[in-house]
Amino acid sequence: MTEQAIPASPIEADIETFGALMDKVPQKPPRSQWKDVWDQFRKHKGAVFGGGFLMFITLAVIFGGLIWDVDPKSLDIRNKNWRPIYTLIWDSGAVAGWAHPFGTDQLGRDILAQMISGGRVSMAVGWLAMALAVLIGTAIGVISGYFKRLDFWLMRFTDLVLSLPILPLVLLAVTLFRQPLNSRFGPEGGMFILIVSVIGLTSWMQTARIVRGDVLALKEREFILAARSIGTSSGKIIRRHLLPNVISPIMVSATLGLATAIITESALSFLGVGFPSDYPTWGKLLADAVTRMQDFPERVLLPGIAISLTVLSVNYLGDGLRDALDPRIRGR
Amino acid sequence: MLTFTIRRLLLSIPTLLLISFVIFGLLQLAPGDPMAQVPLTVPPEVKQKMREALGLGQPWYIQYYKWLIQFFWIEPKVFIDYLTNSSTLFGWLPDTSVYHGELRVISWQTRSPVMDIVAQRMPQTLWVVGLSYIVGIVIAIPIGIYSAYRHYSVFDQAGTFITMVGFSIPPFFTGPLLIVIFSVYLGWLPSIYDTTHVVNDWASFKVQFFQMIMPVMVLALQTTAQISRYMRGAMLDNLNQDYVRTARAKGLSESVVVMVHVLRNSMIPVVTVIALGMPAIFGGAIITENVFKVNGIGQLLLTALFANDLPMVMTLTFIFAILIVLFNLIADVLYGLLDPRIRYD
Repeated sequence: MTEQAIPASPIEADIETFGALMDKVPQKPPRSQWKDVWDQFRKHKGAVFGGGFLMFITLAVIFGGLIWDVDPKSLDIRNKNWRPIYTLIWDSGAVAGWAHPFGTDQLGRDILAQMISGGRVSMAVGWLAMALAVLIGTAIGVISGYFKRLDFWLMRFTDLVLSLPILPLVLLAVTLFRQPLNSRFGPEGGMFILIVSVIGLTSWMQTARIVRGDVLALKEREFILAARSIGTSSGKIIRRHLLPNVISPIMVSATLGLATAIITESALSFLGVGFPSDYPTWGKLLADAVTRMQDFPERVLLPGIAISLTVLSVNYLGDGLRDALDPRIRGR
Repeated sequence: MLTFTIRRLLLSIPTLLLISFVIFGLLQLAPGDPMAQVPLTVPPEVKQKMREALGLGQPWYIQYYKWLIQFFWIEPKVFIDYLTNSSTLFGWLPDTSVYHGELRVISWQTRSPVMDIVAQRMPQTLWVVGLSYIVGIVIAIPIGIYSAYRHYSVFDQAGTFITMVGFSIPPFFTGPLLIVIFSVYLGWLPSIYDTTHVVNDWASFKVQFFQMIMPVMVLALQTTAQISRYMRGAMLDNLNQDYVRTARAKGLSESVVVMVHVLRNSMIPVVTVIALGMPAIFGGAIITENVFKVNGIGQLLLTALFANDLPMVMTLTFIFAILIVLFNLIADVLYGLLDPRIRYD
């Protein structure tokens, strides 16, 4: 329609093309992949909140003990059964005060300090079990996808583990192996090692399957062929070319693994096969408080809310990560 | 399809054997001693005799072999006799007597056959777990359909949030929470599930109904969260397909397009997810049964574990494994039946 739309002559059009080539710098600064991911991630409000809360709770349980330096194990029987500070709002006669903001339990132990130290154990179990599961899952997935000879047997093995009844077996393993580990590493260390390894060993299967599928597809791509043609060894190909490309599904399954690990640990403690009472985690605090929940509902509510919020935030984080790391969704 | 089903059925036999071996191996490795509770005044040779009476004197492969025979050969015989002699369903068949008093899998706690106890406990679990699953599905599917149809609406956002919450709150927190609210403060519902309660008239039915509400709801929350997420995802995948545009262009009403065309195609993955979730719900019921004191099989497993009752633990864990393998098979077969594009052969 307009005259500018049609070039006057082919030569002028050529000049235009060459003009673009003459640009010394790109018109927009180049963007890295991770910047794109971050921009997409930021759009997911729930994921940002989830990530923020997870960071907050992790920092709170690590450094909270330094700020609120009350010993969670010290008994103070005169000041037992304090209510949390907020009960003063509707009941001015309640036994509560700033000395124990979350109240004290039936032996006078400070609940805030217990929540912090319990959270430290819960989160440590969650992170370590997740790391173990991701490590095993990635190793099995990559090996199974890359080495054709092992694929069949490793995948049959994965299928077998997937059809094991996980919760009954975890219960079984924890009850049966508690004694020998406790006698070797002490009641706390033994239980910690046992629970982390049991959860890690029973939750790697999904990661392995996803990683294997991705590696199978990536293996046929040209850049792997190129790498192999210049004589790169298998180990180098896996480390340098395959692993960076499967990092996103690994990250997503890692967040989901963290959530399930925290829930499984709490469930074990709740059923009475987890950590001992004098070394409580959130699940154990909740379980111990259930018998007195008519009089002191806050002792059930506080650890329960802590578990639920942490898991909720982790799940939202996983949701956002999945969207941000998927190039098909990104940019829309 | 039939050959595929038969092949999968045959393949599940070595899988189940391997699983039973894994469970047995784990129990063998365990250092627990069933004689630990016996008083110290009992002399060691008597203890050794007691151990042999429990079948512990034999080497492990004989123990394993005997358990296999008992579970796969003798127990089915007992079951067949029960079916033809006294069950209402097959009682009309001529009475059989294939069972001749061979040794069955005996619980160390009660000295009675494990399967008899399982049969006593099964109805409670099936009622609570089965009903909760049905309730969960009935709630989840409309939520999933509507939130996909009104994508990004307030309902969708709220629904996504609530399913996420339901996903994240563990049953051992929702259980006590509901008990505090509805049993302690409001006093509407009983906090303990009374399994000896007999329903014979309207009043006793009401009692049964009220005591089932909380355990069913706690389990249903988990199911609802999971299934409505899948339902929403499957509907979203299908709503943008070309055949939906064609259906609309033909002038079909919106309800027919969504409820017939899209829903039927979206149900394919959801049905398999429902089948796959069945065994997981049995596992999850261990916690809920513990919270509400339902004496189902989950609670049975827990008490057997604490009592070091190895035959009971072995059998129950294996029953869970059978459920998982069976429902995996059902999910695969259903997927092939419902979706003609999937061909396994």
